[in-house]
Amino acid sequence: MRIVFGGLATVATGMIAKSYGPVVGGLFLAFPAIFPASATLVEKHIREKRQRAGMDAVTRARDAVALEARGAAMGSMGLIAFAAVVWNFLPDGRAWLVLAAAGLAWLLTSISIWQMRRVARGYFASKPQRG
Amino acid sequence: MLFRFVVGGLVVSIFSALGDVLKPKSFAGLFGAAPSVALATLGLTIASNGVAYAAVEARSMIGGAVALFVYAFSVAWVIFRYKRSAALVTAGLLCLWLATALGAWALFLK
Repeated sequence: MRIVFGGLATVATGMIAKSYGPVVGGLFLAFPAIFPASATLVEKHIREKRQRAGMDAVTRARDAVALEARGAAMGSMGLIAFAAVVWNFLPDGRAWLVLAAAGLAWLLTSISIWQMRRVARGYFASKPQRG
Repeated sequence: MLFRFVVGGLVVSIFSALGDVLKPKSFAGLFGAAPSVALATLGLTIASNGVAYAAVEARSMIGGAVALFVYAFSVAWVIFRYKRSAALVTAGLLCLWLATALGAWALFLK
């Protein structure tokens, strides 16, 4: 199913760029094409697993989707870094090298933000509360 | 078009599979914002339209990524707060992505 959604998103992005130009088409390079389908699958999978174990299924499954969405929000900051690297370096650099560097920028930015959030949460959770 | 469909589908599937095996959930979620469609599309665009055209697309992609942040953050907030179904919230809020992306286009890219 992901192959179909991913393929359709790539074809649609190309068609939008062809019809409306690269400025509008570029927006859709960050369209959450498969996120709704993935989130629905995660919810279904966790709900069924918890139901089999006789545990609270619906709330836990929805919390898992929310956590994934929170991760995607952090990953989207990495996507900004990806796009900035391609925009700035593609006109003068080797294309494959620029795309590889942009992919690395996405990975490092996303993981750094995720890690910083984790450290910050640990710090505030361990701080004694006043009042 | 078939080639574009196959390349896009494969790249998206690879990033999704990576997200499936990683834990915890918030870390796996990073791969929900992987540049999978962008890598496939930009690679093909460079080959067909050249680097200058692809660089313009990448500039606009910044607006799309900001919209993705707003969308994903809102999905997380709505599901945590109201415990609605994933399908309803993730599909319903796609209009928020579109509104934010078009707003970024009108304000900064037009």
